Amino acid sequence: MKANTKKFELPFHVIKRSEIPLWKSLLFRVIAVVAAILLCSVLSIFMIEANPFKFIGTLFVGAFGTPARIWAFSKDAALLLCIALAITPAFKMRFWNIGAEGQTLIGALAAVAVIIYCKALPEWLLLVLMFVAAILAGAIWGGLPALFKALWGTNETLFTLMMNYVASGLVAYFLLLWTPSGSSVLGRLNRGHLPVLGHENLLLIVLVLLLTVGIYVYQKYTKQGYEIAVVGESENTAKYIGINVKSVIIRTMLISGAICGFAGFLIVGALDHSVAVTSVGGMGFTAIMVSWLAKFNPLIMMGTSAFITFLDRGAAQVTTTFNIDSSFPDMVIGIMLFFVIGCEFFIGYQLKRRSHDETKDVPKPAITAKVESKGENEQ
Amino acid sequence: MMFLDYFLTSVALGMTFLLGCTGEILTEKVGHLNLGIPGIMCIGGASGCLALKFCHGLPGFLAVIIAILAAILGGAIMGAIYSFLTVTLKANQNVTGLAMTTFGVGVTKYIMNGMAINAYKNYLYALKYFRAPFSSAATGLKYWGIMMYLAIAIAIGAAYVLSRTRVGLHLRAVGENPATADAVGINVTAYKYGATCIGSAIAALGGLYYIMDFMGSVEAYKTIEALGWLSVALVIFTLWRPHISIFGSIIFGMLYLAGTRIPTLLGINLGMSATPLLQMLPYLVTIIVLIVVSVKNKKENQPPASLGLSYFREER
Amino acid sequence: MAKKIALEMKGVTKTFGSVVANSNVDLTVYRGEILAVLGENGCGKTTLMNMIAGIYYPDAGNIFIDGQEVNITSPADAFAHGIGMIHQHFKLVDLFTAAENIILGNSSDERYSITKVIEEVKRIADKYGFRIDPKKKIYDMSVSEKQTVEIIKVLYRGADILILDEPSAVLTPQETDRLFEVLRKMREDGKSIIIITHKLHEVLSISDRVTILRKGEHIGTVNTAETNAEALTEMMVGRKVRLNIDRPLPQNVRDRLVVKNLSMTDAEGIKVLDNVSFTARSGEILGIAGIAGSGQRELLEAVAGLKQPEVGEIIFNRPKKNLPVSFYHKTLKEVVALAAEGKFHYEDGTPVDFTDMSRAQIRALVNGGKVLFNEDDVMDLRDKTPLQIREVGVRLSFVPEDRLGMGLVGNMDIVDNMMLRSYRKSNTAFVDRKRPSALADKVVRELEVVTPSTHTSVRRLSGGNVQKVLVGREIAAAPSVLMAAYPVRGLDINSSYTIYNLLTEQKKNGVAVVFVGEDLDVLLELCDRIMVICAGKITGIVDGRTVTKEEVGLLMTKTDISDEKEVL
Repeated sequence: MKANTKKFELPFHVIKRSEIPLWKSLLFRVIAVVAAILLCSVLSIFMIEANPFKFIGTLFVGAFGTPARIWAFSKDAALLLCIALAITPAFKMRFWNIGAEGQTLIGALAAVAVIIYCKALPEWLLLVLMFVAAILAGAIWGGLPALFKALWGTNETLFTLMMNYVASGLVAYFLLLWTPSGSSVLGRLNRGHLPVLGHENLLLIVLVLLLTVGIYVYQKYTKQGYEIAVVGESENTAKYIGINVKSVIIRTMLISGAICGFAGFLIVGALDHSVAVTSVGGMGFTAIMVSWLAKFNPLIMMGTSAFITFLDRGAAQVTTTFNIDSSFPDMVIGIMLFFVIGCEFFIGYQLKRRSHDETKDVPKPAITAKVESKGENEQ
Repeated sequence: MMFLDYFLTSVALGMTFLLGCTGEILTEKVGHLNLGIPGIMCIGGASGCLALKFCHGLPGFLAVIIAILAAILGGAIMGAIYSFLTVTLKANQNVTGLAMTTFGVGVTKYIMNGMAINAYKNYLYALKYFRAPFSSAATGLKYWGIMMYLAIAIAIGAAYVLSRTRVGLHLRAVGENPATADAVGINVTAYKYGATCIGSAIAALGGLYYIMDFMGSVEAYKTIEALGWLSVALVIFTLWRPHISIFGSIIFGMLYLAGTRIPTLLGINLGMSATPLLQMLPYLVTIIVLIVVSVKNKKENQPPASLGLSYFREER
Repeated sequence: MAKKIALEMKGVTKTFGSVVANSNVDLTVYRGEILAVLGENGCGKTTLMNMIAGIYYPDAGNIFIDGQEVNITSPADAFAHGIGMIHQHFKLVDLFTAAENIILGNSSDERYSITKVIEEVKRIADKYGFRIDPKKKIYDMSVSEKQTVEIIKVLYRGADILILDEPSAVLTPQETDRLFEVLRKMREDGKSIIIITHKLHEVLSISDRVTILRKGEHIGTVNTAETNAEALTEMMVGRKVRLNIDRPLPQNVRDRLVVKNLSMTDAEGIKVLDNVSFTARSGEILGIAGIAGSGQRELLEAVAGLKQPEVGEIIFNRPKKNLPVSFYHKTLKEVVALAAEGKFHYEDGTPVDFTDMSRAQIRALVNGGKVLFNEDDVMDLRDKTPLQIREVGVRLSFVPEDRLGMGLVGNMDIVDNMMLRSYRKSNTAFVDRKRPSALADKVVRELEVVTPSTHTSVRRLSGGNVQKVLVGREIAAAPSVLMAAYPVRGLDINSSYTIYNLLTEQKKNGVAVVFVGEDLDVLLELCDRIMVICAGKITGIVDGRTVTKEEVGLLMTKTDISDEKEVL
């Protein structure tokens, strides 16, 4: 391979930023978003033969064009936000929970199971039971990988990922069980509906907003939230001040899974009144972006989830208006994510022109890196 | 006879996993967990189909070669995007990988849905070349075509390169301890880019194989994402060893088809509802392997030590 | 001497920011010679060698190899000139075999064949008398084997000038002997060897000549045969410098922390603490002197409950004597039971007897503060976690060496860092930021921390200010024992004095202060007693007021402790 070729040096070198003013970091993100939208517009010229302004206009029409669309937009954004809120404490702890999809789905499945198996119960008790079942199921789904991570350091990324498929397998199984015809399509269930508050989506939105505030407070003002932050930043420090790292990992994932389960409960109780393998529809993964882009701040996450939902719904409108394929939103979101992910580099690092003297001065710090990592291992 | 067919088909299906898995192993060996593999596999299939759409009328074998080259190119481009973001821009690997999958699946959908039915016919004529020399066999043997041998050859080749060559040694060193590799003069960035792009190209071939050969249908892209995740799982199952993944992929193929095949094979009626449970098997098996490996904590069986971490020389 | 000069450095200077690491240093090595570079920690030995090895580039000065001036800008350049350095922290891939590590990064056009490499490794090993199994994985190896791999790696690449950075720091005496045997064979073979060390007996036993550095400057080069340990020590530590640190006489000295026969091995199976016994007393500063990495860090971490020693006791005497009983015990039942055991006395010293008193009388006496403890609490801290230590009421503060990696959270602001110790206090689920915030203000004000606000993340502060935040927090916990590891490392003079004053202040308040330091001048002026640790063993505990710098220097480098200095 190329390894043995003469060393090639860029005309500048990369250094880590110690700080960046807020306006600058926001500016970088805005530039990234604008660049991405421009690229999408250019693409749209080729794909839909429409001018970029029309394209951008359609995005807005699609997301906010009519009151019904605004409601649908709010509903989608709220559900996405709910799942993003769930994974945030785990990510803050640097626990890569990419199993929100499965944790939400299993919560929804548990809620539906309650409706199916507890037909005799009064409506309110049914709802309570659905809620409890969904939360427990989600917590188990999230807690299992955490337990093994805490005990033996089992890789959580892959474990949670696999749990997604186990969850969808279970949903497929129960659907077959519950639909004797074998159609696997569970119709809209007429029990276990959350009360309607004005508009049919309003309660959901209110609940998620309350949860947002709750998670914000939990992370910022509670002892548990503080412990999560310490464990995430430095396990060494956590041990030094006597935090039981293992129990924090397990506890946080139980909470994270439980909130996913709650999202599943909302899907069943307030939206679909049913469950399918595709009930969560990839939101478990999109939620990671929402949370990560907001730097795990629940209040900013309201913005990022709205932004991604805006792209999704707007681009979906583009597909109908210009009669192109329904996959267009995925591509737009993908491109947007590349730009936003990429721009994080310019927020965290700085490029400096490499003058000759500078190259000399930069110690080859392979050694420092090694020493650091050794220090960590000793713990 | 029925079992033979089941086995032959499973082996053939397994090649999808094998290619995806070999590609992911190469990427993980340089320390990059590429969760974009499902998206990259989609792109591989889509690139192949797209190429044939434009190259209508070419002689069959040439068409096959063009499709393969297109898939390699498509995969390598995806790999390059991923590398640029995670190596040069040091972005979070999990987030980037997931975005790659979103993007890849979206683009594939667009390309595939754009294929008119007649375009679909355009490449069907290539199918028999893909499946040479057994294309007319009645059993699962019909899938045992050139792509399958290519997949096995790539896996063996990757295993050989990783364990027996200088390049492989350097590559593994980069994944285990980039600081040490850097200190002895290995170009860490080049290795990361190289392995990721080649790995992505190999994974893309897996998508090509599944869509254009094994399933022989443009619709097949809809199921490929799950196969992609299974390929990632297979990496753990085979403990980062491409030659073991040849057998692992066959096992995964058998497990994947178990839901539909086993009940008929045994002549019993488990009921339709058992199928999804049997289809969960590969995932459950992977979870168990993951746990066993971490409990046993044998050094050789662990993920590459720097997996998931960006390397920044001046890190302090 | 008709020997050929292999490498020569002339007037080499290197600065890092405002810190001068090397200033106008000359150094010469001949072919077939072992040169020792001797000096204390931080004297610039390693920096100097790193410039030969291509890791740093000198600001000024020239390097000559075989009389030719050379320009070494990378490790690859160094290799090209036949220079190989064996670093203190090995650069090996754990999962690879010795042979694989040895050829790593080699880019010869020759076909890759591990069997050939193994043969070549065996040939080198036989030639110089190394013991090595080329097929063994690094993670299965002892430290000495790893070092062997590093040396062979350098030889395999054709180096004939070898630099070894503290090679014996991680070896047992037997392993060191074997290494020296190998080095002598290499010398006979015409190789030039530079060995960085601070162990005098090693210098005397292996080297041909010694170059001594102190505070980045070249002090002198002498022939080993013409010198002795005392002369070298004096060159190494220099004359005593007066610092004028305030040192009041200890008051109310009582045994506070008693460590007995503590032994501990690390993950790699090396004994890091070997039968360590000492007592830290209230109202005095106990200094710990020693070469870095002699077990200081492990000792403090064991006491703090972060590491579990295999053998030994850690006893804490909780100050209770002459404190009112009501301070600790609330229930009457407890008090009566303890009184029956004879644990209390009155202010005038007469023993307390509750047998004939009514409950009301007892309560009045206890609540009135008349009943006092007559002894301290004896508590066993061994095998307790940091949290358990706090829960039993021991106020042990610890300023660790790794400030941002352990003592503080770099990405959190000063207020949140102040909370680390105290956030559990209240009974609610919420953290109370009022008190930490007030504490942060107080620390910033009193210790003159330079920061935009108390909501600035600690990572953005300078080293001295980071340390003030950490020490300020640890002192705020009103400790009865305060342990500080290298609290002034990397700090400027003013910040250093702030820290010294803080420690002395604590000592005056009756705290037992344990201070791990590297600058002997400071230790000699700050500490009441100095404990010297060498390779995990205590080589002596001496009076800080009477001991000389040379005596401490000798204790620091002594591996043979048969003539142990009398323990105070």
